[in-house]
Amino acid sequence: MDYNFHWRPVFKTLPDLLESAILTVEVAVLSMVLGILFGLALSLIRIHMTGPLKWFAVSWIELARNTPALLQLFFFGFGLGAFGIHFSPFLIVLMGLTFNNSGYLAENFRGGFNAIPDTQIRASLSLGMNSFQTYTRIIIPQVLRIVYHPMTNQMVWAVLMSSLGMLVGFRELSGETQFFASKTYRIFEYFAATAVIYYVLVKIILGAAKLMALRLFKY
Amino acid sequence: MESSSTYFSGFSLNDLWYLGEAALRTLWISVLAISIGSVIGIFLGLALSVSRVVAFTLGTILDIFRSVPLIIQLVLFFNFAPIIGLRLNPFEAGLIVLIVYTSCYVANVARGGIEAVGQPMRRAARSLGMNYWQDLRYVVWPIGLRAVFPAWVGVALGVLKDSALVSILGYVELLKASQILMTRTQEAILILSIAGAFYFALSYPISYYATRLEQRWSQ
Repeated sequence: MDYNFHWRPVFKTLPDLLESAILTVEVAVLSMVLGILFGLALSLIRIHMTGPLKWFAVSWIELARNTPALLQLFFFGFGLGAFGIHFSPFLIVLMGLTFNNSGYLAENFRGGFNAIPDTQIRASLSLGMNSFQTYTRIIIPQVLRIVYHPMTNQMVWAVLMSSLGMLVGFRELSGETQFFASKTYRIFEYFAATAVIYYVLVKIILGAAKLMALRLFKY
Repeated sequence: MESSSTYFSGFSLNDLWYLGEAALRTLWISVLAISIGSVIGIFLGLALSVSRVVAFTLGTILDIFRSVPLIIQLVLFFNFAPIIGLRLNPFEAGLIVLIVYTSCYVANVARGGIEAVGQPMRRAARSLGMNYWQDLRYVVWPIGLRAVFPAWVGVALGVLKDSALVSILGYVELLKASQILMTRTQEAILILSIAGAFYFALSYPISYYATRLEQRWSQ
């Protein structure tokens, strides 16, 4: 073993790495929020509707679940670029992650909706709620509780997937790491530091999710 | 026009074969990673379920691999191998990382399967005179497999899709091949769609079959 580890450049640029980690969290959280909204819509369409709208929802879900996330990112990056539609790297990653998250979350939500008995809907309708109120006040809160654990997993996935941003030129944690690594040639050191940052990030997210669960599901 | 045609040329039937071959390489590396990783993962899962101390230390190690993006692991290992004197080509390096990645996920699945078989059932097996391995083979395996088979299929499909990331090491699998073709033909949408169709054709039948199997077993 005749390799000398040089950690100094890593420590010198650590603030930059941590700053880009915030960007990673930002894009992951945004894609999760959008993914939950789209996922709810997709699963409701898939359950209740027929015709072209259902066909659209099913193909979105199956495409998102059965092709690699990286391919989806490339599609939003290079694919739409062929039509002359160019997005910033941030938007490419955000759209790719949202597309992917929505597909996976929609399947989770479908399981959640199926787990809620029909009598809940009938009971709230008979109390005089309209169907919008029934869903937003009775059904969806219960579904969110059922799928809370898969949702935290998906959040972790979103953070891990955002690392693909480095391949479409997005300077989040991985992209920034690659930038510094190729600048200084300390590839191993930089990526080792980034691995540690990702690990800590994931632990923080899981811890926060646990705390939130304590607060949200007191009853 | 003459000069440019040497660099850029349209998509031809040959390129379709090229993508098909690359899809086979994707299938090859994933099948290898899934089969070897699953065997290792099952033994790791067994170790996880044996004792508290082992479960804690081993679980922490496995947790690290599940909390760091695969792309970071790939770059890290590919640059770490030469340091300890290993000369690996992209295929070998990618395969090793994928095997470790698979076995970490399978370990958790396997532990779930082993825990799905109740303690009374296993005591009953032992009291019938089965030894430890017979108990595992004839009691825990068939019952546990049913409980976690869908989860295992999910892991396997995940590895199939994540094998796309090995492209960053330079192994020409489906995604790398489509990147090469995109550079040459400048027809991003077409090529990404074909690559997506290949991935879909590999992944969707398995996920469909697994869902059907799960439904049949739950009846």
